[in-house]
Amino acid sequence: MRIDRTIIVLTAAMAALLAFTPFLPNWAMFLFTVSLCYGVVVLGMMLLVRTGLVSFGHGLYYCLGAYAAGTLEPLFGITELAVMIGSAVAVTAIVSAILALLLRKYRDIFFAMLSLAFSMILYGLLVKTSSLGSTDGFNVTVKTLFGLHIADTAYERYLIFALTVLICWTCAVLMHFYLKSHRGRLAEAIRDNELRVEYMGASVANTIHLHYVMSAVLAGLGGALMAVSVGHIDPEMAYWTTSGEFVFITILSGTGSVLAPFLGATIFESIRSFAYEYSPNTWQMALGITMLMVIMFLPGGLWSLFKRASRRVA
Amino acid sequence: MTTLVAVLVDGLIYSSWLFIMAIGLTLIYGVMKILNIAHGSLFALGAYTAASLAGHWFEQGYLPMGSYAIMLLAAILVGIVAGPLLERGLLRFMYGRDEIVLVLVTYATFLILEDFIKLVWGVDPYFLYQPYGLLGSFDIGELTYPNYNLLLLAMSVAIGGILAWTLTRTRYGKILIAVIHDREMAASQGVNVSLVYFVTFTLGAMLGALGGALTAPMISVQPGIGAETIVLAFAVVVIGGLGSLPGAALAALLVGIVRAATIHFRPELDLFSIYFVMAAVLIARPKGLFSAQEARKI
Amino acid sequence: MNTVLRALRPLTTGLFSIAAIIAVVMLAAPSAQASDKPIRIGLVTFLSGPAAGPFGVPARIAAEAIVESLNAGEVPAPYGSIGLSGLPIELVIIDEAGGATKQVAEFRNLVERQKVDFVIGYISSGDCLAIPPVAEELKKLTVLFDCGTPRVFEEASYKYVFRTRPHATMDAVAGARYLLETRPDLKSYAGINQNYAWGQDSWKDWTAVLEVLRPKAKVTTSQMPKFGAGQYGAEISALMRSRPEVIHSSLWGGDLEAFMLQSTPRGLFRRSDLLLIAGEPNLHRLVGNIPDGTIVGARGPHGVFAPKGKLNDWLRRIYKAKTGREPNYPAYSAAQAFLGLKAAYERARLEKVKSAIPMAAVEGVKEGMEQAYQMPNTEEVIAAFENLTFESPSGKVMMKLGKGHQAVQGTAYGTTRTVGGKIIIENIKYYPVEQVQPPEGISSIDWIKGGLKPGRW
Repeated sequence: MRIDRTIIVLTAAMAALLAFTPFLPNWAMFLFTVSLCYGVVVLGMMLLVRTGLVSFGHGLYYCLGAYAAGTLEPLFGITELAVMIGSAVAVTAIVSAILALLLRKYRDIFFAMLSLAFSMILYGLLVKTSSLGSTDGFNVTVKTLFGLHIADTAYERYLIFALTVLICWTCAVLMHFYLKSHRGRLAEAIRDNELRVEYMGASVANTIHLHYVMSAVLAGLGGALMAVSVGHIDPEMAYWTTSGEFVFITILSGTGSVLAPFLGATIFESIRSFAYEYSPNTWQMALGITMLMVIMFLPGGLWSLFKRASRRVA
Repeated sequence: MTTLVAVLVDGLIYSSWLFIMAIGLTLIYGVMKILNIAHGSLFALGAYTAASLAGHWFEQGYLPMGSYAIMLLAAILVGIVAGPLLERGLLRFMYGRDEIVLVLVTYATFLILEDFIKLVWGVDPYFLYQPYGLLGSFDIGELTYPNYNLLLLAMSVAIGGILAWTLTRTRYGKILIAVIHDREMAASQGVNVSLVYFVTFTLGAMLGALGGALTAPMISVQPGIGAETIVLAFAVVVIGGLGSLPGAALAALLVGIVRAATIHFRPELDLFSIYFVMAAVLIARPKGLFSAQEARKI
Repeated sequence: MNTVLRALRPLTTGLFSIAAIIAVVMLAAPSAQASDKPIRIGLVTFLSGPAAGPFGVPARIAAEAIVESLNAGEVPAPYGSIGLSGLPIELVIIDEAGGATKQVAEFRNLVERQKVDFVIGYISSGDCLAIPPVAEELKKLTVLFDCGTPRVFEEASYKYVFRTRPHATMDAVAGARYLLETRPDLKSYAGINQNYAWGQDSWKDWTAVLEVLRPKAKVTTSQMPKFGAGQYGAEISALMRSRPEVIHSSLWGGDLEAFMLQSTPRGLFRRSDLLLIAGEPNLHRLVGNIPDGTIVGARGPHGVFAPKGKLNDWLRRIYKAKTGREPNYPAYSAAQAFLGLKAAYERARLEKVKSAIPMAAVEGVKEGMEQAYQMPNTEEVIAAFENLTFESPSGKVMMKLGKGHQAVQGTAYGTTRTVGGKIIIENIKYYPVEQVQPPEGISSIDWIKGGLKPGRW
């Protein structure tokens, strides 16, 4: 039996992260956690981009996931991590399934801007909700994981990190198999020519609907995981700049493989963090120049760099 | 005086401002299919340049009325320096790439320019308030409005009119429409597409800077003004139907009136108004108010 | 097997590059505490975006000037010693822009990569809510220096977090008291505040206070433009048409300036008076665009409201030497944070020396003195910081709320008058702590609604 390369790499990466991170400094673990949270959002964006759609409003689901997880405590007193994540998945799935009925008719910039309008409306609603702290947001607390008390223990951070790694691994593996499935392969066909896909007897609308919901759930997961890792959420997560950042990382990463989003997110987060530290006055410029370099010299995104490296040695 | 009149006047003033913000964006998109996020930086550059030059003008004690010419000059200056620099130095290497990649290129440019502005002008805000009050004011019922608002209105009508006339009545306009319709076909007919792009982008940059220069007397010119403006301009352009001049005008009017009505009747909803309009228009007309018919490619 | 190895190559390339980055940073980062190394203080303040000009950068300039002055030992008594207890201070400066998520990451980097000993920072109230739990987790003494939301210590209590400026409740309370002293028969008022947490809270506090102090006054309109709106034409029309006696506003920075530039030529202030909660940092720039008689505050007895004294003169001198301007309230907030930390640190040191003296008698002078000459650790500084009273350029500061972690101070308001191209503040009135701050154990909004009963301090 042939073993799938991507699955091997994913599993090895998961094992490496789980095994070595405890020996890394704390900030590195946090950097990986944040990168993985972004990565899982970008994984969903990648599916949309493959289908030919770019959303400037995925902050909507990222934020919704975070609030679906975070408001459980103030509303119902629930602090179980598994329930919080389940709630994020359920809420984003329902909302995106409804909005997709409308959005699946849109393409190009109109899809992008209508998504943006929806995410900005959520932003506005949250800003108006002073019981949830308006733009200040509120702190998210986790007390238990599958009934096990983890709050304020020495391994709390690691457990949350490990859970993030496992979820990301699962999502990436499932996405990888999906992309190889019959329907998954339709994505690029739709991007290239919808009419042909329709003539062949496949439903463009249904496929886009499904992909939209899948990417929304992934964004919701990313938001919920980010909420518990950072410990604080605010409406900024739905603001258009957040969505813009996701688009940015998606293009930066490239859409060649399910590994690309995670690598891209890690590299983006590292660059941003070091730019903050070493040029606090001009970090935007550093970020912009890096971005231009990647677009200029790596048209396939950062992923093409790794692909090229592996091809050369092979 | 009824509230309705106030809504109309406030709405119209805001609309004319919005239209000036959006027109350069819609021109560049219409011709080059680039959603230019760096438009926000050009706006900021225009505002900063106008504020410094006209500020210097006032300090020297020259004729105050001359400041309007200086503001115009600032916009032209920014346009002819930044426009060619961006188009020739960066964008022309990207033509033919995916639309979204071009958006990111302009976004990266926006980030770089944002810090560039900070390095040149610092973080302290600049002021250029004199031109706003210099022209006197007019009264409508119990409300007073500076005549500067009329200047904005006149500018927006003039710019819109000249552009529309150029597009429909002149040779350059016809070439432009040919390029918009089919770039390759136009090129094969002997149109110098690269020159058309160059001129269009420079003109668009100039209009962006003009928006900034005209706004400078009403605000304090400070870091971050570009980012706030760009979303508004985007919304107007999309509501109007990308690349459509009458569309942008109508969209600006619609957004302006709705916003003014919100402020007068339900001020707490102002935060949403523009996005509600955008969502509503796009739901009713998926490609904006005015959209060009596209040939289906099978 | 070969497939597996080949498949892993991009991963190893990736992991190696990341490992290399981490290694480089760990080598570049300063190694752990040596005895007479300088004390590293992380400073987090806005260096970009709209809050940089009025708040972030003045605070940074002040911090840099203060640190220089402290390291040279030129600060007036009781802060005459060099740095903190003789150890010089080194600043690590980080931009506060980017929102709470990024700030949490940057805080971790600051503590773990840059190995700072203390963190002073945060202007945005969202950041001030997000950072404390992380400070607790990392056990890093963190001084919040300029944010105002009362939620920080009213909703939680922290061990490692202090705030050396009073919370924002007093802005509304003192402002309303001042207004009602000049206009006891106030009949109507309106508001224009930004539609985000600061503007909403400010308006909520304001209306709550007026409902208690002057229930007869009516709200004519409450305008809530979005943050950074820039264009206020319609809002100004709505304010003009509703003809309130007084307009309350918590606008700040560029938004405030744009609002003033657009409303002055339209004659809004010929109809209504104006009260600016946070107008002080912009005053020097508003010459010609602010009506005489505008009530302004500085969110504490800062700037023109600061009492005369050697420390005040010192701050004004060093700030002016750097910028040519008078320090504004964020500069005073920064000074308060640095001097508060210094006072706590040196008090902890003193306690150590005191307790070491009896020890020296018992165990021999050498061990006792060595013990005394060690610098206090974080826990000891915290113990000294709690309930501390210290002097600052804006007078006495008492850490009396939030179990000794939240500062209280009185505050002041005044009215503007333009004299010879300069704006001066006159009719300054001071309000002592008990009139403007809720006592420990009651939330600000409950205290206001309960009738603003003076607590015992």
